[in-house]
Amino acid sequence: MSQIMVHVDRIGLTYQTAEGETDAIRDISMDIYEKDFVGIVGPSGCGKSTLLSIIAGLIKPTRGIVIVDGQPVDGPSNKIGYMLQEDYLFEWRSIWQNVLLGLEIQNKVNESTKSHVEQLLKNYGLYDFRHHYPHQLSGGMRQRAALIRTLALNPEILLLDEPFSALDYQTRLAVSEEVAAIIKQEGKTAVLVTHDISEAISMSDRIYVLSQRPAIVKNIYDIQLSCQDKTPLNARKCPEFREYFNSIWKELDIHVG
Amino acid sequence: MSVKRDTVISPERQSYLKQMKKRRQNIALGRILILIGIIVGWEAAADLGIIDPFITSQPSKILTTIVDLHNDGQLYNHIWATVAETMVGFIVGTALGTLMAIGLWWSDYACKILDPYLVVLNSLPKPALGPILIVWLGNGKPAIIAMALLISLIVTIITVLNGFLEVDKNKIKLLQTFGAVKGQILTKVILPASVPTIISALKINVGLSWVGVIMGEFLVSKEGLGYLIIYGSQVFELDLVMSSVIILAIVAAIMYQAVSYLETRFMQYKD
Ligand SMILES: Nc1ncnc2c1ncn2[C@@H]1O[C@H](COP(=O)(O)OP(=O)(O)OP(=O)(O)O)[C@@H](O)[C@H]1O
Ligand SMILES: [Mg+2]
Repeated sequence: MSQIMVHVDRIGLTYQTAEGETDAIRDISMDIYEKDFVGIVGPSGCGKSTLLSIIAGLIKPTRGIVIVDGQPVDGPSNKIGYMLQEDYLFEWRSIWQNVLLGLEIQNKVNESTKSHVEQLLKNYGLYDFRHHYPHQLSGGMRQRAALIRTLALNPEILLLDEPFSALDYQTRLAVSEEVAAIIKQEGKTAVLVTHDISEAISMSDRIYVLSQRPAIVKNIYDIQLSCQDKTPLNARKCPEFREYFNSIWKELDIHVG
Repeated sequence: MSVKRDTVISPERQSYLKQMKKRRQNIALGRILILIGIIVGWEAAADLGIIDPFITSQPSKILTTIVDLHNDGQLYNHIWATVAETMVGFIVGTALGTLMAIGLWWSDYACKILDPYLVVLNSLPKPALGPILIVWLGNGKPAIIAMALLISLIVTIITVLNGFLEVDKNKIKLLQTFGAVKGQILTKVILPASVPTIISALKINVGLSWVGVIMGEFLVSKEGLGYLIIYGSQVFELDLVMSSVIILAIVAAIMYQAVSYLETRFMQYKD
């Protein structure tokens, strides 16, 4: 068994606002192993983004503790890269300046980090576009640029909060495939929050299904597909795919109407 | 990424382009005709005694007045005095307003505490403070510039602060995931994202500064276009008044264009 990268230990979170309290997370524990790809699905507003923000150290949990790579989380750390729902590339910066943003914030722009970023751009087909501005790129390229911006800081764990939700269906399939390949190739551990059950099954090794707010872990699925080539597109064709889909769908208890 | 155009232009396209060209020419023609109409009508009406040139002046006299002012050289001193006051007014107004907006953005408390004061100052008609400024700052340029500043400052603070607060929260969250501190959030996202807001504040302030400066010159000054206007009206020399107003209109339009040019320069990443 490989090493535990993220250990979430009985965390809970209650938001305090002027209007009152919101119980976002009741009790969640999870263990994420090195180079695992973990999917998290759950009903809207159940606390998925909150969970990622806690793991990333942006919010302190009301109860419980998160341990990343052996150390308790206390504020943002370089072990974790966080990708938000949209790419949030800054339109006033070129792609090159955008992907350097994280390094710039941490005063780490030097020859070696720059050549690392250049290599990433070359590997993932954006090098020729480095002097372009975000609006000149397609949705898929923008998402790749956002991923490279995250990878530039060389995190071991990537947190992806519905990173494809701003894309149309076609692009979304292609980009999720690309991103999965990049994450695998770079040897990263990943946690993906998504609304899309198919996306979760096709990309993840393991899926946590969360309950309605306040969230608890309702079920955990180890995804084992019998296909040879487990790219997200191929995975959808496996016979087991339907079964996973149906049981997760039931678990989520989505009411239409 | 430029799209390569077809070298062959379709007939529909050709006739469309022709039509657009015609339209542009007509618009330009219309503009010139209106100007000529006003000048000729005004001149003729004055010559024919339909209007009294003593109180309305007339284009030919305005022209000679401007030429005279030009010949004895004092025209440029007056223009320069007013332009300089206006520029100081809107540049300092925008800069100071932006700085104060930064302060209020930085401290949530200060922002909440000062909010009612901003509202009251914003609704107060600033010229009411003119006499107070004269008493405090004397009968000269400082009072005029203060007037111009006052008019633009509060509006700038409010628009720029709103611009700051409207910056996408997720862009800030993104920086926080990199461990950014407050100063970095300000310089890396809040300020660059607000450049359009600040420039549009600058544009508004050009107009407001002119109002402030002319108001101020009416009240106190011994030079400037505002002074020429008020002096001309006091000695009942309407030629001087009209000439000054026309020069003022031209200079103000030039300055506005210059700021618009600045805007397109700064917004280059948009296309
Ligand atoms: N900063 C906050 N202050 C108060 N309440 C909050 C805050 N952020 C989120 N909440 C509330 O906490 C609950 C969980 O929010 P969260 O964004 O984590 O859910 P989510 O599962 O990511 O939702 P979605 O599926 O819509 O992305 C929601 O009811 C939300 O309204
Ligand atoms: Mg969310």
